[in-house]
Amino acid sequence: MRVGAALLACCWVVTALAGDVRAPRSFLSPELQALQDDPARHPGWLWVEQGEALWRAAPPDSGKQACAGCHGDIASMSGVAARYPAVASDGALLNLELRIERCRAEQQGASAFGYESEALLSLTAAIAARSRGQPVNVRVDGPAAARLADGRRLYSLRQGQLNLSCQQCHEENVGKRLRGDVISHGLGTGYPAYRLEWNGVGSLHRRLRACSLGVRAVQAPFGSPDYLALELFLADKARGLAVEAPGIRR
Amino acid sequence: MADITARVTMPTSARKGEIIEIKVLARHTMDRAVDAPGLKPSPRRIIHSFRASYAGEEIFRMALSSGIASNPFISFTTVATETGVISFEWLEDGGAVYSRAATLVVT
Amino acid sequence: MADKAPTRRMVAAGLAVMPFAVQAQPMASAAADVNRSSSSENFAEAERALLAGRTPIAAGITLDVPKLSENGNSVDVLINVDSAMTREDHVRAIHILSEQNPFPRVATFTLSARAGRAEVATRIRLATTQNIVVLAETSRGAIHRAEQEVIVILGACVDGG
Ligand code: HEC
Ligand code: HEC
Repeated sequence: MRVGAALLACCWVVTALAGDVRAPRSFLSPELQALQDDPARHPGWLWVEQGEALWRAAPPDSGKQACAGCHGDIASMSGVAARYPAVASDGALLNLELRIERCRAEQQGASAFGYESEALLSLTAAIAARSRGQPVNVRVDGPAAARLADGRRLYSLRQGQLNLSCQQCHEENVGKRLRGDVISHGLGTGYPAYRLEWNGVGSLHRRLRACSLGVRAVQAPFGSPDYLALELFLADKARGLAVEAPGIRR
Repeated sequence: MADITARVTMPTSARKGEIIEIKVLARHTMDRAVDAPGLKPSPRRIIHSFRASYAGEEIFRMALSSGIASNPFISFTTVATETGVISFEWLEDGGAVYSRAATLVVT
Repeated sequence: MADKAPTRRMVAAGLAVMPFAVQAQPMASAAADVNRSSSSENFAEAERALLAGRTPIAAGITLDVPKLSENGNSVDVLINVDSAMTREDHVRAIHILSEQNPFPRVATFTLSARAGRAEVATRIRLATTQNIVVLAETSRGAIHRAEQEVIVILGACVDGG
């Protein structure tokens, strides 16, 4: 086990250096690639649209400012999603969803939108869309280093009744078909994404829960420390690849 | 009245006689009627019709069923005839009507 | 997203929306409305009703659907009917029928000569692998027919999140 992990860690470095972690979009069919690139047809842009409306709207009856009141036009969020997850000043690792929730609570004094709520998904999609095409560039030094290590450990941990690790599918079987899917490198750059299966937009953690269920493992809650650590690890793995959100997935 | 999230993609201007393409997306779950053992029954709630008018005259209509995908996408064409408002209406089961409009400048 | 001419900026209605109160004049009603189909109607009955005794012409429609659909929740359908779209001779209705869905009448598009082209697109749900049938009625009473099989790939069942 330990030898294996060391070996895999070494391979991971080589893979990253060789730059052959392919963008998620390259695993999509030509039809879905075209759809992802076409805002006139891509239903995920409906969430972006709604997120932008929420951005401009003050929480009702709160006397508090809208997101735009402090941050200005949502265009100011350009590049932000490419830096998340990130460690906040209090040491907590926050992804974009939790960063938004924090502003919601601390700056707007309003009750949380709730993970996977339509409002939070919409705002996240709208903010992430402002980084579309920009290279992922998360910080993994300083206080993030320990969380990255957690993520790496979880990534190679065999889980569930099927006793499979993320790595076994998303590194060792990349390009192979699993029923209707082609296994990709399992990166998060397309999220929040519109999945045809969902008939709507969902978060990366919803996708991770689907993978956990797929191996008959316990699904961690949305926003859980384990999924956050995995999210950071996946973002580090995707370093340099373009943000695709809102992605389109089958 | 509650609103719907919708997007309309079309040119802002066109030459007279040019055929323009209009693409619309609306946020809607297009709920089929549920009436099966073990499931809570619920009535159908879909966008059942869509129509577009150009300077007051209807130019396109679509009747939708529960066989149309969630967040319905519709694409159609029209000939640019005059500068005017192109309006769009989505009609929902239960009587709600949601609308959008955009201006086409014809040169 | 290629913008061919700089004067033709594309707009998303979110930005260009404006209140309006124009009363729309309804178009002459097309033959059939999917909402009028009875729930017990099967595919053959629906098609027979739309044909109304006419023999369909097996030409003139380009039906663009994926041969292999990745997910039956959303299947792209693009229909183009060969027509000059003049006042005298144009396509006035296009119907999409499904052989295996619970309701055979999926959609009806009502057009006029003002469309310029008889070209429409939408996304449909397919319960399972089946034939999609498209009927196009012209203002002169002719009816065209096209058919295409779509294989629906089942999901990898890794959802539930
Ligand atoms: C009262 C002012 C205020 C309001 C209102 C507000 N924020 Fe913030 N926001 C801040 C401040 C201050 C920071 C920086 C906090 C820090 O660095 O610890 C911030 C940081 C952020 C960040 C991280 C930016 C980065 O570069 O890392 C995001 C994303 C964000 N806010 C989103 C939102 C959203 C979405 C809303 C509305 C739901 C909102 N904010 C409302 C003040 C506000
Ligand atoms: C049994 C194989 C299997 C295992 C184990 C597995 N996945 Fe997946 N995963 C898939 C398949 C299949 C897909 C859908 C196709 C794709 O995008 O790779 C997927 C999709 C994903 C995606 C979405 C990629 C995208 O661009 O949409 C992410 C992220 C992901 N997996 C991460 C993980 C993580 C993290 C783990 C471990 C907790 C994991 N997966 C375990 C099979 C697996």
